[in-house]
Amino acid sequence: MFDFLDLQRYDLFGAFWVTAQLAVFSAIGSLVWGTILAGMRVSPVPLMRVFGTAYVNIVRNTPLTVIILFTSLGLFQTLGIAMGGESFKETNFRLAVLGLTAYTAAFVCEALRSGINTVPVGQAEAARALGLSFTQVLRLVVLPQAFRSVIAPLANVLIALTKNTTVAAAIGVAEAALLMKRMIENEAQVFLIGGIFALGFILLTLPTGLLLGWVSKRVAVKR
Amino acid sequence: MRLRKSTAAVASVFALALTATACGSDDGGSDGGDGGSEGLTIGIKYDQPGLGLQNADNEFTGFDVDIATYVAGELGVEPEDITWKQAQSPERENMLKNGDVDFIVATYSITDERKQEVSFAGPYFVAQQDLLIRAGESVENTDAINDLNLCSVAGSTSAQKIQDNFAEDVNLQEFGGYSECLTGLENGAVDALTTDNTILAGYAAQAEHQGKFELAGLDLGLENYGIGLPKDDTELQEKINAALEKMFEDGAWAEAVEKNLGPAGFETPDAPEITEGS
Repeated sequence: MFDFLDLQRYDLFGAFWVTAQLAVFSAIGSLVWGTILAGMRVSPVPLMRVFGTAYVNIVRNTPLTVIILFTSLGLFQTLGIAMGGESFKETNFRLAVLGLTAYTAAFVCEALRSGINTVPVGQAEAARALGLSFTQVLRLVVLPQAFRSVIAPLANVLIALTKNTTVAAAIGVAEAALLMKRMIENEAQVFLIGGIFALGFILLTLPTGLLLGWVSKRVAVKR
Repeated sequence: MRLRKSTAAVASVFALALTATACGSDDGGSDGGDGGSEGLTIGIKYDQPGLGLQNADNEFTGFDVDIATYVAGELGVEPEDITWKQAQSPERENMLKNGDVDFIVATYSITDERKQEVSFAGPYFVAQQDLLIRAGESVENTDAINDLNLCSVAGSTSAQKIQDNFAEDVNLQEFGGYSECLTGLENGAVDALTTDNTILAGYAAQAEHQGKFELAGLDLGLENYGIGLPKDDTELQEKINAALEKMFEDGAWAEAVEKNLGPAGFETPDAPEITEGS
């Protein structure tokens, strides 16, 4: 029944390794960029607030496929931004990370902003009264508590991101979804192959969810 | 009370599932099951210029469509009694197994793996893998492929073949569809688009692309296009094979090739030999 699963011919683990790399790099990138965006959205500078709000609303309402295709057709092919990649393979991987980061950061920002709202306003006011600057208030008082309260929503975002990496197949990144297309094309076993890949993604995302669920309970701020 | 609520919910889910599947099998039964007497349901591509393309008026044009119409005519079905159905590449085997279509004419290459799931009639065309390049450029031989930036569709047989057989470290850009590759070919990001020459010719022959691209004329491997049938339907297989033979002989086949693929400078090859059959 599983004769078609020729691991010599189909590098199943290699493909999932690329998926995992895409997810990890994009997760780090979007955590950083999302945090900056959240900072902008609560900042006292109107221009930053406007930029943060506009970015989040435009990016999160644009289909991911459009963003990913834009990185390849727009940034790379038309504007010639190769992100230092020597071949299509390297360039595409980096473009996909860029696109996924830009997209996921919008969701990270909103999750984090809801966390900021859980920190009582009095704390920020007290910190201001002590003479801390805006960035110090955010860095030392508000964000540490905000992060601890949004681990569970961020886990959702991370799981969604892991599954969204499949969109990178649209610009030819050799991750799991592309290998799945290849196998279906050759082997005419759409359900079995689809099942294997679904299982692979569950194996990636289920532990992530369980682990982060446990972490979120451990670090929650008891109020 | 709580229990009754959840039971009701579960029951309605089941009911929904049942009606949904009932609908599905109804569809299959009415237009797929007995076929022949009142009409035919034929699977084709909807998005492949020159082969099977749906235009704005909901009409279908292309080589596969002409083949299917001729074969249906030989089976005693008028063109207006044909129901076209979209057969996307990954779904073709299941459409035949479920009886959603009577047969499939959709650039369906005959392979041993597929023959374990479905049967074929034909082949009705032998396509060659080739390169599509910008008009005025040329690729001398297969060794020169290594130095090119190539483009193809993610996961397609053509993309795999070029990596396996010709150029292992070739710089290959894979996209979800051919039109993205054409954008790249036009703006210079890639040097060549590779897949079956029929598909390439279909794109090159489109009004908006005419004169911009041409085929390189290399032979990078053959694909035998067959008509996909439900497994072991030898009666239909024989009828379709006979219809194809007739089409090859009376000139309708060459005419269909010329009409659909000719504008791209595609030379009509000899008709293939029917190899599928018991």
